[in-house]
Order: sequence, then structure tokens, then C-alpha cells
Amino acid sequence: MTRGATPVIRAASLVLAHVPSLVRLGSKPLRALREVENPIEYLRPHLRDWATACAYAPNQVFLGNLGVDDLAAWPTPWHRHPVAGAQRFGPDGEIMPEDEFLGLLAACDGFDLLALDRDVAERARTALDGHPVVGRDSGRPAVPAGIAAGVLRERIERHHAVPLAGVDGRLLGAVLPGHEEDDTLTGQVLLENLACKATAALALRHLLARPGAVAAADVRYVINCGEEAVGDRYQRGGGNVAKAVAEWAGCARATGSDVKAFCCGPMHALMLAGALVRSGLYDDVVVLAGGSLAKLGMKFQGHVKHGMPIVEDVLAGFAAHVARDDGVSPVLRLDAVGRHEVGSGSAPLAVVKALYSEPLARAGLTLLDVDRFSLELHNPEATEPAGSGNVPLTNYRTLGSLAVVEKLIGREGIDDFVRARGMPGFSPTQGHIASAIPYLGHALRGLTGGTLARTMFTGKGSLFLGRMTQLSDGISLVLERNPGRAATA
Amino acid sequence: MELRGKKVIALGERDGVPGPALAECARGAGAEVVLTLTACYV
Repeated sequence: MTRGATPVIRAASLVLAHVPSLVRLGSKPLRALREVENPIEYLRPHLRDWATACAYAPNQVFLGNLGVDDLAAWPTPWHRHPVAGAQRFGPDGEIMPEDEFLGLLAACDGFDLLALDRDVAERARTALDGHPVVGRDSGRPAVPAGIAAGVLRERIERHHAVPLAGVDGRLLGAVLPGHEEDDTLTGQVLLENLACKATAALALRHLLARPGAVAAADVRYVINCGEEAVGDRYQRGGGNVAKAVAEWAGCARATGSDVKAFCCGPMHALMLAGALVRSGLYDDVVVLAGGSLAKLGMKFQGHVKHGMPIVEDVLAGFAAHVARDDGVSPVLRLDAVGRHEVGSGSAPLAVVKALYSEPLARAGLTLLDVDRFSLELHNPEATEPAGSGNVPLTNYRTLGSLAVVEKLIGREGIDDFVRARGMPGFSPTQGHIASAIPYLGHALRGLTGGTLARTMFTGKGSLFLGRMTQLSDGISLVLERNPGRAATA
Repeated sequence: MELRGKKVIALGERDGVPGPALAECARGAGAEVVLTLTACYV
């Protein structure tokens, strides 16, 4: 343990896994297509191939290849205006094709419950072995050999395995339950948890592969803030995906834990990571989360209705390295944490005051001292066709209204405020990931080599969905240019 | 709208006006709130 220091965020990674075959296994498609005779045929015309998903402008922003202002100026609908020359890899991560991701899933399964077809496994192994951050040389577990189609079918028919069917209907693999009588260890639940582990692990390996990154052996604590419930019948959400991911990624000296607060989890986790560094308990803490398979195709009915592709066909993951002040990396201001407290109430004005103006005032700042606000960043092209509105825009306009109430701008200035300090939503509807996190890579670049001086990240969590409280949740964090960097910039 | 003496179901939205805020307004106007729910569309 060393003496405490100002916490900074040294690096972040953001990854996508394109999984059109798994869309059918999302919670909404599974329920809504129960009465459909052939769900695979029904969904097929609306599922994109990898190249199309890669060239989708919001996904390119997610990887850092396009800026948020580029997207604001991009012609709409985005799904009809692909990015020419789109790249799989970007400054923040990658969008992995499904055939490789299936191999990654199998390599993350330490219990041989997920089995792939022989050909599928062979193809995945060949492709993954040459991967730049999770290749064979990375020390990860091998992709297990596949099994015969007949054995897969027997597992499905006699042992309640969940079939993994390709977009073309071909059997790709199957996931066995982890226990015969445990509803928390069904093949479906285990697949969701493996998808979460695999995307988080991919994000962590990307983080560790950066030039100048912390060595895997120097990561001492990992906080997972995803929303999956890993456990068994006696402890449904028992947890510690953090440690499972750390193990897989070779962080042998790390331990960790999970932080849960619905979509607000990442903000709590970053705050706690900052506090661990500030206290001197750990020098290097990683915050990470994997994606939500349950949310794949969540709004698919709206996409089908409007004859557009199902854009919720990707899993997301992220990792961030919180460390001691290095004189360069953006500073996490622990003296300006915004909190939605139990007594904050639920009136919109009270909530935004608690999350924005109160913490900023504590640091002697106003809303106009923040260059960019990162809020709910759900892609409106995913939500609007389903009648769920433009969530980022709604939140940015509420924030602009707060600026009016505080007499910082006139009522007519709301649109300019939103345009200048907000951004279009570009995140897949992956819950906790979409809540502010996808801008993190852009912010780190803007606060070090770019023109940004200060950003604010706000996560919100729908605690009421779990039926234990009517409350929602919220945490905001200020991330600003390092004073050392400002002096030399 | 006169809410006094009426029974109210308060259905709110997290990114708009949440259920408890609607319920509080309805109670303030003299209504009896029989159910409060908030939806999250993402």
C-alpha cells in the first residue's frame, strides 16, 4: 500500500461483439416470438452481416473511429448511410465477428457446458489464435474442440441444452444447464453470463494491450459493474464476475468484486475505484463490464415494423484503468461527485440539481464550465422506431432546462446548449454500458491531446424495476484535464 | 382536471416524470393513488 494520490483514468477500452444469431435469444425476441412458427426465418431478413454492422456509423463512434460531432452531422437514417472503409479496430477497441466470438465464449467456459459444432469450433480457433489481443500468445484458455452434430442434438433433446442456431438455421452449438434442478443455472442463464464474461474479458485484454498499459500482474483490484446475476439457487446474484474475468485475462495478483446499481453501476464503480486509489489501498484498479445478451433485439418489433435492420445485434463491453496521478491522464474529481440520494426525491428538477448543479457548485463550477456532458447514450435509431423516444435528447433538454432555471442561459439557448455540450446517442441499448460510458474513450483523448477541459459523466439506474424500491439511482462524475497537462499544453 | 376524490394510477417514466413524482402531485390535488409504477424504456 502506498500513500494516497489523486485518481486519474489512464485508459479505457470499448468493444462490440456482433452476434446476429444470438438476437433470437434476447429476452424480448424469446418472449415475443413464442407463437411464431419459425423465429429464425422471421428474423433473418432483418439481421445484418458483420460488414454492415461494422460500417454502421454509431458503431464506428463506439470504437472511436468517428467523433460524436461527425455523427451529429451524419446523414440519417444511419442504417442507410454506411461508413466507407469502416475498420474493425479503432482507438478504443473492436467489433468482433460472430464466428470468432463463439470461440471466445467457449474459451470462457471452464465447465465444458457450451459446446460448438466441430467445424464452427475449428473456424473459431483458427481465427482467434491470430487475434492481436486474445490470440494464442495471450495465454488465454484454448478454444475447445467441437463435437459432432449428433451429440449436440442429443444434448438439446435429452439434456435440456439451449441450441445455438445460426442466422441460416444451422446448428452452431448448444449450452447445457449447470444443474438439473436449478433455474439460475439453465443453459440460457449460463449463456447470458458467459456472454457477459467474454465481452468484459475482451475489453480487459484490449486495455492491457495498449502501449504503456499497466501490466496484467500489476492490476490488484477489479470491479465489475455489469448487470448479470451470476450465482445459483441459494444465492441468485452471488457474483464476482470481476474475479472470473481477471483470472481469464491473466491478472494473477488481482482480486475484485461486483458493484450493482442497474445502469448506474459503472458510475458507482468508477467512483469507488477512484476512492481506492485516493486512499492508497491500491495503485491500479480496473473497472469493467460485459454486455447484456438479454437486451439483444429489445426493440426488434419496432425495427421489423419499420422494415429496418435490427440494430440491437451487438453485445458491448468496456474496461477502464483508474490509477495514481501520472501528471497527464484526466483527473477524476472526487470532490465533485453528484449523488441521487434517498431523500433527493423523484421530481425531475430535484434530480438534475442533485446530479449536476449541486456537485459542480461544490467545486466552484457551473454547468457552463463543462465542455461535454455524457448521459444516457442509447442510439435513438434503436429506440424511436419502437416508440421509446430519443432518450439522450430528452435528458440533454432536461439539462438545458436546468441551465435556464439557473439563469445561465436564456430559454432560446436550450438547443445551442444541447448541440454544443451534448451529443447524439450512439450506444447499443446495452443498459449499464449505454449509460454515459461509451464517451469515455473520446473524453480521454479530448482531455489529453484535444481541446476539452472538463467533462461530466452521469449514469442513471432504474432500481424500481427490481420491485424493492420506487427509487431510481444516479451518480455523476467530473473528469477534467490534468493540471500537469494543462501547464504544458 | 378535478382529481379530488378520484382514484389515480400513476404511471411514470424514468427519463420523463417518474411515478412517485406523479403520485405526489395527484395526492396534493386530493386524489387517492392506488398504484405507482415507473417504466424504463431502455
